[in-house]
Amino acid sequence: MSRIVNQFTSHTQFTNHKQYFIKLKLEDYMSTTEVLVKELVEKNGRTRNSLMPVLQGIVQQEHYLSEEAMLFVAKELDLAAADVYGTASFYTFLDTVPRGKNIIRVCKTITCHMKGKDEIVNVLSNALKIKVGETTHDKKFTLLTANCLGWCHKGPVMLINDEVYPDLTPQKALEIVEEYAKTTH
Amino acid sequence: MSKYMVNLKINNMPIAVEEGTTILEAARKLNFRIPTLCHHPDLTVAGNCRVCVVEVKGARLLAAACATPVSEGMEVLTNSEKVRVSRKHIVELLLAEHNADCTKCFKNGHCELQDLASEYRIGDHVFLDLVRPESKIQDISSPSIVKDDSKCIRCQRCVRTCAELQGVSALAVVNKGDHQKISTFLNKPMHEVVCTNCGQCINRCPTGALTERNYIEEVWNAIYNPSKFVVVQTAPATRIALGEDLGIPIGNRVTGKMVSALKKLGFNKVLDTDFTADLTIMEEGTELLTRLKKALVDKDPSVVLPMMTSCSPGWIKFQEHMYPDLLDNLSTCKSPQQMFGAVAKTYYADKINIKAQDMIVVSIMPCTAKKFECERPEMRDSGYQDVDFVLTTRELAMMIKQAGIDFDKLEDEHYDSILGESTGAAVIFGATGGVMEAALRTAYEIVTGREVPFTNLNIKPVRGMEGIKEASIKIKNVKQEWSFLEGVDLNVAIAHGLANARALMEKVKSGEAAYHFIEIMGCPGGCLGGGGQPIPTSPEIRKKRAEAIYSEDEEMPIRKSHENPEVTEIYKHFLGEPLGHKSHDLLHTHYKPRKRY
Amino acid sequence: MENNLKKVDIIFEVDEKVTPIDVLDKTLKRAADEIILDLIDSGLKGRGGAGFPTGLKWKFTRNEDSDVKYVICNADEGEPGTFKDREILDRVPEKIFTGIAICGYVVGAKEGYIYLRGEYNFLLKTLQRKLDIFNSQLKERNFDFTVYLKSGSGAYVCGEESALFESMEGKRGEPRNKPPYPTVAGYNSKPTVINNVETLVYTTMICHMGPEKFKALGTNDSRGSKVFSVSGDTPKPGIYELELGMPLHEFVNEFGDGDAKAIQVGGASGHCVPRKKFNDTIIGFEGIPTGGSMMIFNSSRSMYNVLHDYLEFFTEESCGQCTPCRVGCQQLLKGIEAVKRGERPPAYLEDLKKLTATMKIAAKCGLGQSVGNPFNSIVDNFREEIIY
Ligand SMILES: Cc1cc2nc3c(=O)[nH]c(=O)nc-3n(C[C@H](O)[C@H](O)[C@H](O)COP(=O)(O)O)c2cc1C
Ligand code: SF4
Ligand code: SF4
Ligand code: SF4
Ligand code: SF4
Ligand code: FES
Ligand code: FES
Repeated sequence: MSRIVNQFTSHTQFTNHKQYFIKLKLEDYMSTTEVLVKELVEKNGRTRNSLMPVLQGIVQQEHYLSEEAMLFVAKELDLAAADVYGTASFYTFLDTVPRGKNIIRVCKTITCHMKGKDEIVNVLSNALKIKVGETTHDKKFTLLTANCLGWCHKGPVMLINDEVYPDLTPQKALEIVEEYAKTTH
Repeated sequence: MSKYMVNLKINNMPIAVEEGTTILEAARKLNFRIPTLCHHPDLTVAGNCRVCVVEVKGARLLAAACATPVSEGMEVLTNSEKVRVSRKHIVELLLAEHNADCTKCFKNGHCELQDLASEYRIGDHVFLDLVRPESKIQDISSPSIVKDDSKCIRCQRCVRTCAELQGVSALAVVNKGDHQKISTFLNKPMHEVVCTNCGQCINRCPTGALTERNYIEEVWNAIYNPSKFVVVQTAPATRIALGEDLGIPIGNRVTGKMVSALKKLGFNKVLDTDFTADLTIMEEGTELLTRLKKALVDKDPSVVLPMMTSCSPGWIKFQEHMYPDLLDNLSTCKSPQQMFGAVAKTYYADKINIKAQDMIVVSIMPCTAKKFECERPEMRDSGYQDVDFVLTTRELAMMIKQAGIDFDKLEDEHYDSILGESTGAAVIFGATGGVMEAALRTAYEIVTGREVPFTNLNIKPVRGMEGIKEASIKIKNVKQEWSFLEGVDLNVAIAHGLANARALMEKVKSGEAAYHFIEIMGCPGGCLGGGGQPIPTSPEIRKKRAEAIYSEDEEMPIRKSHENPEVTEIYKHFLGEPLGHKSHDLLHTHYKPRKRY
Repeated sequence: MENNLKKVDIIFEVDEKVTPIDVLDKTLKRAADEIILDLIDSGLKGRGGAGFPTGLKWKFTRNEDSDVKYVICNADEGEPGTFKDREILDRVPEKIFTGIAICGYVVGAKEGYIYLRGEYNFLLKTLQRKLDIFNSQLKERNFDFTVYLKSGSGAYVCGEESALFESMEGKRGEPRNKPPYPTVAGYNSKPTVINNVETLVYTTMICHMGPEKFKALGTNDSRGSKVFSVSGDTPKPGIYELELGMPLHEFVNEFGDGDAKAIQVGGASGHCVPRKKFNDTIIGFEGIPTGGSMMIFNSSRSMYNVLHDYLEFFTEESCGQCTPCRVGCQQLLKGIEAVKRGERPPAYLEDLKKLTATMKIAAKCGLGQSVGNPFNSIVDNFREEIIY
């Protein structure tokens, strides 16, 4: 707040204060989420048909749909908030609870099950010290399981964010996650 | 336009129906009843409960009768072995997910699922119990609505009601698979979301998953408490619907019997909200004329038009959430229920020598939003909570049954005096367009000194079940003091059901239409279709109730609010004049913006 | 043992001389009705699972009177054990684009969409880049048609065509009532052709090589070839294009590890064939149809676990709107658990089988209707494994 006041006073030479103030409002008062929603709506269109790409875009950036984000979407697309939540909660990838920066999804369906997904889950769970469904304290990782990821011939397999890691062994899975841990800040 | 006819057979009986007819509708024509749960005559087709499945010869799948249009040569069986087995399975599955403690359930005896279960004799049902313990925690956060997920069969009737009829969408379907349920934004409690408390979802919920918050015990306790003086008021629309819950056919007026029953229940005085409906007309009519004058003559920029009615608390909360920028358009008049409470605990208490703190005011309302309204902090102008308890028409019917009163056999009785006198104008408050008609009957006469120019005072253009109605009345030969209205076309609009209200608000905001006065009722059909009225509801039922209301109006000796002698009396001895100082204190209120999301 | 299993190379074949865009150029010169006749003649049936004749689907949509129509490529591939569409999308996307564009030309659509499952988001960038090139090629040809990419967000049921439309319209992926069918009212309630990825590639290839060559493969009911996704207990898991109508035992000889006790044909929603039936089972529309998933289980596997996995999958992935499926799936899952624990007698399996008969005919969409396939075929053939 003080920052804005300072900026305002140091620019008193502006004749049209009002206009300047509006400009400030848009850029400085809007949260990053609001800016993001506005951009996504701008890009995808202001109709219900763009709800999915907008929600996907938010998850891409913020890893989940916060209350604030869903409210902005509702407002921008002129939908009821409950409708936005109802739609989001239908889709596994549109999380409405906070998630870590990296979301690990280990396939739990039959062929991966047969090929040892349990060991993968266990080794990751132990290494990250979280159970399936939980997020690490440093918010770097969330560990989840998923239904068939479409790599059954190369199970077990996991997704980290959008990247696929097939043909896993516990050792390999650990190394991959360690690599992420190093590069995530 | 004549439609193409389709020939088919249902249970081997031939029938020809219009193209586009569903199997369900065609079967009904032949008097074959097919059970339904997710289907409702007021709503779009969902086809999700599947209890209406029928066999179509030659088809691999059973067809959902509610969702399948007929086709030429179709042969339908509504009770084949396949159909029976499947239907029974489906009911069993619903019960497996259901917390079926009927004896403790508010809907016991009025439940579509219970009916189906008893029809199919599901005593020996085999499947595993799937009720989730957490679903048994009821949401009683709202003063109007109780939500019990353990009773929900996921028919989505409530969701469609809230979206399609009310344009609110406080409720939505959330999650998928075995976690799918009906919920609110982020599963927040009902009192924290945009719910208007209209109760329309309750009216269409086939089970006990959505019910009104009931205050029957509280009211009995008040009646039995010797130190309390309990007065009861009855809203216009209760008298034409109460009978439906007490074995009397739809569309019958039971005013006299209702009064008699209330006296037998032990209320100290049985009074009429109609009285304050007339009072509302005096206040609101004057407010309208004053606003018109300020806007048209004084060009006062602080006065906004159109003025909008404020008797429907569901509509008020809707407006506070959805159109906070239009709150100044709302009439400042309290609803008749709240005017009654404020007058009862002041003027009336004085008259009958009872201390306000010893008085309990109970309302019998067709409305669940009134339960919320009476708890609003603004509604304490008597120094106490003006109205203590609100019961729906349905709750009153339960009390009458509990008291062992044979309603049908009751002799008609009259309301007590004072605060019991009413007019035809007040009665029609119960139907969409009624407040408008009552206001016009009075305002036109104030301005011109003549009756409204409609045969027998029946202002037909504002009646009927069209979602949005518009009318225009030319004002001619006015009295001296109203000369600024000479030749003015008074433009009015009426909407009922909040989805229609929303459409009308958009028109107002866009400036597409210039109205002077708008009547909005939150519920489809107006109060006669209120969220507290007997269940079921349908367009036909509401039509019959409306006919009953208008016939009651025609039979009333006085049909104009300003001619109600008790109204004249209260102005003379207590209020002074409409919009006067006292009125302002007791009968008017203000509104507050609420979160849209 | 002699093996007649015929491997084919149509889908992934890369012909330097005739590119997909050449096929498009050639085809756009032909009359739409002729193309439809060729497709009908070829006998091509949808490769997404339901097996509806593709030529007819296009014809119905063409005959609809509407100024707006759509073509949608169903790339939601979510059936457990199926991964062939991903491979096609990865290796020969231009053939898919071409199929979509030809369809657009035939039915009179101006927009085409690819609905890609969220799990395949890693393909998005490359696909979009190639699509941009393809769209500009269409522009150069003054062909008023554009293909767009949409992605899903993790919901198996969105592969069901009407649920897919709902999802594209920004709603919960709840399947719609039918009729109306997509050819009449699909995406945005406009006439829509929706085809599987592989189907669209075959339409491109039929336009390229003519119906005769395609028709020459397969059997009367199952013309042509199909891409199979082979997984489970096999020394050579992967993607194989094989002629349709093959006897299952030949497939097992080729792909099994010598100890195969059951093959799940058609993914979780398909049928489980036990060893004793390998000899008289035909893979094709006359026998056991499949979207291409072949999961092989050897004798070390517990069929209870297999069934349990499938039922868990359906319980989670059911959209949840209709009673037979939402509650039915849970009953089946909890039911076999109860039998396993001895809380219900083995005869309870019979009650559950009757329940699947209801689900099969009374559920609203293909998901609920097909849960009985794995349930009955596993319970019938491996009853002891389920009980003990
Ligand atoms: C639950 C369910 C999931 C489905 N998933 C897919 C899918 O992932 N891909 C697909 O092409 N078809 C899928 N289908 C079939 C589609 O509904 C539709 O029949 C198909 O896309 C039509 O294309 P085709 O005629 O080319 O096979 C699914 C059907 C159901 C009932
Ligand atoms: S909702 Fe109906 S079936 Fe369920 S407990 Fe209540 S009365 Fe019984
Ligand atoms: S009471 Fe009215 S607004 Fe509230 S959830 Fe029910 S239908 Fe919607
Ligand atoms: S709350 Fe009532 S109306 Fe809504 S889905 Fe449940 S049972 Fe149906
Ligand atoms: S069968 Fe299952 S997936 Fe299909 S509509 Fe019914 S609940 Fe949804
Ligand atoms: S089963 Fe794991 S990717 Fe298919
Ligand atoms: S009444 Fe037809 S499916 Fe529910």
